[in-house]
Amino acid sequence: MTEVRIAGFGGQGVILAGMVIGRAATIYDNKFVTLTQSFGPEARGSACSVQLIVSPEPVLYPYITRPDILVVMSQEACTRFCAQIKPGGLLLYEQDLIQLSKKCAPDVKTFGIPATRLAEELGRKLVLNMVMVGFLTAVTDLASAEAVRKSVADSVPKGTEKLNLAAFEKGYEYGCGLLAAQTAA
Amino acid sequence: MKANPAGVLTGAHFLDGDQACCEGALAAGADFAAGYPITPSTEVVERFAARVPTVGGLFIQLEDELASSIAILGAAWAGKKVFTVTSGPGFSLMMEHIGLAAMTETPCVFVDVQRGGPSTGLPTLPGQADMMQARWGSHGDYAIIALCPNSPQECFDLMIDAFNLAEQYRVPVLFMMDECVGHMTEKVVIPSADAIEIYPRRFTSLPPAEYKPFKPSPDGVPEMVKAGDGYRFHITGLTHDEQGYPAMTWRAQEKLVRRLVEKVRKNADKIVRAEECDLEDAEVVVLAYGITSRVALRALQMARAEDIRAGLLRPIVVWPFPEKRLRELAERVKAFVVVEMNYGQMVYEVERCAGGKTKTVLVEHGGGTVHDPEQVLTVIREAAR
Repeated sequence: MTEVRIAGFGGQGVILAGMVIGRAATIYDNKFVTLTQSFGPEARGSACSVQLIVSPEPVLYPYITRPDILVVMSQEACTRFCAQIKPGGLLLYEQDLIQLSKKCAPDVKTFGIPATRLAEELGRKLVLNMVMVGFLTAVTDLASAEAVRKSVADSVPKGTEKLNLAAFEKGYEYGCGLLAAQTAA
Repeated sequence: MKANPAGVLTGAHFLDGDQACCEGALAAGADFAAGYPITPSTEVVERFAARVPTVGGLFIQLEDELASSIAILGAAWAGKKVFTVTSGPGFSLMMEHIGLAAMTETPCVFVDVQRGGPSTGLPTLPGQADMMQARWGSHGDYAIIALCPNSPQECFDLMIDAFNLAEQYRVPVLFMMDECVGHMTEKVVIPSADAIEIYPRRFTSLPPAEYKPFKPSPDGVPEMVKAGDGYRFHITGLTHDEQGYPAMTWRAQEKLVRRLVEKVRKNADKIVRAEECDLEDAEVVVLAYGITSRVALRALQMARAEDIRAGLLRPIVVWPFPEKRLRELAERVKAFVVVEMNYGQMVYEVERCAGGKTKTVLVEHGGGTVHDPEQVLTVIREAAR
């Protein structure tokens, strides 16, 4: 059983990122997934997070306790949630938006990505969430890349599939590159 | 009768409980809903409003819950399959019309996505404290049926059963979700329309001159007509005779209200449904429903790992209550442990069924989140001693 939290602020597409991964893992990879979400009353700008439990067995307890994987897209989310990561867990962060402090999650493996910049290279900062989804897919085994590609196409607004898939590939390649560099080192 | 394919979104989907509830209603043939938005239930009708044109139906948002709950009764008598959706505060406002639906034997479904209460309480967080209100909330004697799903998949599946039971027994059926089930997203598999059995409206085949709107069939349930078909009929919340006209006598009251109660009471064996897990050798029986049943099952697995012989009884239909099964179990088990997200409601039913033959322990919780499985395990351990 893997517990995941993706967090940022409202408007970044945090919930959609969780939906894409969850749908990929359960609909296309046939795992059991329970997704819950939490956000403030504001439509934009408030703290926002989505929680996923991905498991080979049916999920009973619906909420996450301590995430194995934390994905953060804002400094506030990082500060708020990073201490909760399980020892030996994984922290993925948007490296241009977030400065990691030393005390933040000492027993945790960290991976940074300039997701906003990569999204901007595609012409739309908005697809930063799909860059993060690609990155998450590359460095974890939550869902297969093929499943996530299908899930991206299912989940995003009609007419934006191409852009969102391109964003996914950007993040995915960046993640694969990072892993390869680590293995080489 | 099979489901209308136009309303059935066949396939595997990633839906939250509210959305799945809406899909269940559409698959069941719902073609009219009225409602007033309230967290955490709004998503049900939000989706219904977007989807219902595909079956040629209608959703209207009304000025409040009183208007919504009476509008669905009117639409049912115009031949529609109807439901409304709300949460605690709106559920309180709808009590009047649940009673009217029971008295006029109007098939309808009331969805209550329970949140923490009383009053406005905890709008975005779960509770299970409307369970007794569901049974007894409207004044007078009547019977209802209530179901309690514990996953988005069940929100879909049981919503179809809810509509079928409403049509078969002509009672309001209460669909008792909670915020956690309503807002959690999981895989929901929707079968093809020809795999979904629908209980059709019990329309009469009698000509207008012979038809009496409240004359019961042999199973105690009268046949229906709909407005515009050329039948003259009268529907009232007053005690009425078979013709539907007010009859203010104790005899008419005895005849009518006894039948309203017995429609459900006498058919309880057919209506009751519960899931059982590890009851064969159980010394401790945990009773839980809705989201709490999943947390209880986790606790049960932990208890089994410690060689405690515990089992789970999960009412899926909560009203009528699975009395008979509990009475059987009371003869041979050490204890009933009732886990519910309130300070004691269904536990009174369990205690009644236990009849002093075994002890009944409540694991209470005020709502706002689910129980900690450790808390449940501690009580199971204690009860097994």
